[in-house]
Amino acid sequence: MTDVDDAQLEALVAAAEEGVALDGLIVTDEGGENGEGGEDREDGEDGKDGEDREDGVGDRYTFATGSDTHAGLDEAGLGRVAAQNPWYVSNWYYWEAIERPPAERAFLRWLEDADERDVPDRYEAMAEGRLAASWGQLHVTIRLGEHGHRVYTVRHAEDADREPEALEVHTDPRDAREIATFDDRGRYRPLKTAPTLPTGWAFVDLDGRALAETVGFVYPATVANWYRERRGELDVSHWRETMARQTGIYGVVETWDRGEGHEHVNWVAEACCVDSQCLKRREWAYDEETPLEVDGGDGAFPCREPCSLVVSAARTWTTLEGEEPRTYEFELTPSEKEQLEAIVDAVADGRTDDIREADFSDGANRYRARFLRAKRFDDEGDLCGVATDEWDGAEGADGADGADEADGADG
Amino acid sequence: MQALVIVAHGSHLNPDASAPTYAHADTVRETGVFDEVATAFWKEEPSFREVLRTLESEEVYVVPLFVSEGYFTEEVIPRELRLEGWDVDAWDSDGTSATQATFAAADVDKTVHYCGPVGTHDAMADVIVRRAESVTGDPEVGPGFGLAVVGHGTERNEHSAKAIEYHADRVRERGRFAEVRALFMDEAPEIDDVTDHFQSDDIVVVPLFVADGYHTQEDIPEDVGLTDDHREGWETPATVDGHRIWYAGAVGTEPLLAEVVLERAADAGAEVGDALEEVRRRTRVAAGEPAPGPAGTGD
Repeated sequence: MTDVDDAQLEALVAAAEEGVALDGLIVTDEGGENGEGGEDREDGEDGKDGEDREDGVGDRYTFATGSDTHAGLDEAGLGRVAAQNPWYVSNWYYWEAIERPPAERAFLRWLEDADERDVPDRYEAMAEGRLAASWGQLHVTIRLGEHGHRVYTVRHAEDADREPEALEVHTDPRDAREIATFDDRGRYRPLKTAPTLPTGWAFVDLDGRALAETVGFVYPATVANWYRERRGELDVSHWRETMARQTGIYGVVETWDRGEGHEHVNWVAEACCVDSQCLKRREWAYDEETPLEVDGGDGAFPCREPCSLVVSAARTWTTLEGEEPRTYEFELTPSEKEQLEAIVDAVADGRTDDIREADFSDGANRYRARFLRAKRFDDEGDLCGVATDEWDGAEGADGADGADEADGADG
Repeated sequence: MQALVIVAHGSHLNPDASAPTYAHADTVRETGVFDEVATAFWKEEPSFREVLRTLESEEVYVVPLFVSEGYFTEEVIPRELRLEGWDVDAWDSDGTSATQATFAAADVDKTVHYCGPVGTHDAMADVIVRRAESVTGDPEVGPGFGLAVVGHGTERNEHSAKAIEYHADRVRERGRFAEVRALFMDEAPEIDDVTDHFQSDDIVVVPLFVADGYHTQEDIPEDVGLTDDHREGWETPATVDGHRIWYAGAVGTEPLLAEVVLERAADAGAEVGDALEEVRRRTRVAAGEPAPGPAGTGD
């Protein structure tokens, strides 16, 4: 490995006065006084350093890494020992001497599992290019740059085995905004944490700041909320308080909570918030005392309140769910009933594009659906000729929402 | 440290809605006068609720990328940012004159300077004129040209029409254009009859909207008669009733709008150095050049 960098060594010596303790590296400066320094020396295993100390010339430093302790060092001695441990020194420098926002520092350290893996373990892994972590659908690899500075690469997890050179290479974090806007099928992604991040790109040669920015553009505010959660300070806004806060066209959602239980919110969470739909781990519930029965997910970063997409969808459901059920009579074969269920499943699971053209065994196959429509729908589009009557709530709600979007988006 | 946050509506449906916000944020970033520049949206992420916690700066200048004061700037944004003790009276505004008010936010330890929207700032008149320059490719455009400033109208927002008329008056006072009119979508005088309101052969139509979307790319082009079907696009200029109509698309996409964002922050006490002049210079229209930046005019 490279020699220890002069600037880093200088910084270490300067910091020793306050005491250095990070990731197994301990450096203390006893100020040339006897006493504690002496005790350290006796604990140490390096007799020569001990002799140095007895010369009484600036023999004030202790440098310890794991089981290896050098006590009674003068400044040159400290430099010599530090130079023999460049990994520990640069690791300390990277984390302590470079100024970073606390959340960013915690995130970058979490990526390399710095609280669990010791310095040699991480440095060997970085040197061999096998230190990696994931954040949502991002695959982050961490390599060793000059003087222990980390060099980050970000790809889609599905591209983890592809060389960055084989992908569309980026170095400006801001490019991530454009990438995160569309999925692999070119559709707009209104929810950044939907598991539909496109593939085929790589951000390379990022420093810690640029990595955090890139992650921030792909998954906005996830690091900030993750950090809050880690510190036990995540401010969760549950369903009821979030809906009660809404005004304007969304004020109506509050009326969906009629004191008749929270099953409707379970349905919302199952529709919108499970891992197959959103990578945030849902931490909000119906209210403080009432958890939902739906799994919140396993994501690394938390969801602290129903998002704007959920609020917007809930507005539509509030209108639709105001309808009373009624009894319709349809005549279907057993297979036709099952086919309708298969079609709902296929749409709900986003599977329609995966159904093969000629797979007639799949009820959601396009030809099968067209056959059913030809057979069972009348000219009005009514199933089995059964009119819906005055119930046309779905169309009304859609129209209203579209108009709202058009207005607002235009400014 | 000081941060700038540009807050905008965004969209669940239209991928282009956030483009002007990102573009102006980048322009401000490149001046380097803010330690942090962030964006936040009502319909996109980060949300208004979660943007402040992503910042390190203690002083935060929040500038709404909205055309007028109203429901969003007076109610939604302050509520979602958790500005403690917000009251619309803090702006002491007549509906178009809000500058800024300072608050603490409930979830972060920061001072938030909540600014009036870009759309009502006096400097918008410059952006409207710049928009006319960029759509015609003529930095001297004015003599012999009519200018229509187009807004929504009162049905949507009580202050919206006021802001349109205010800017139209200011541009008119400069005497640069032969005629200047404020026209509306929802009320008289209506944009549908644009050619009735001008003598000039050439008319530049500038909609005072933040982003291109349904209104600026579908409604107005068809109402004005630029095209029968917006999906087929239109010519720039397009001939309507013997007039040449230069349709500019949303004024919010004009790169100079970044300067108004900076003006808002500077009025609220942000240190912006010579960034105002820098942005003016960098976004200038050169003669004969096509419209720069994210201007999509649908043709």
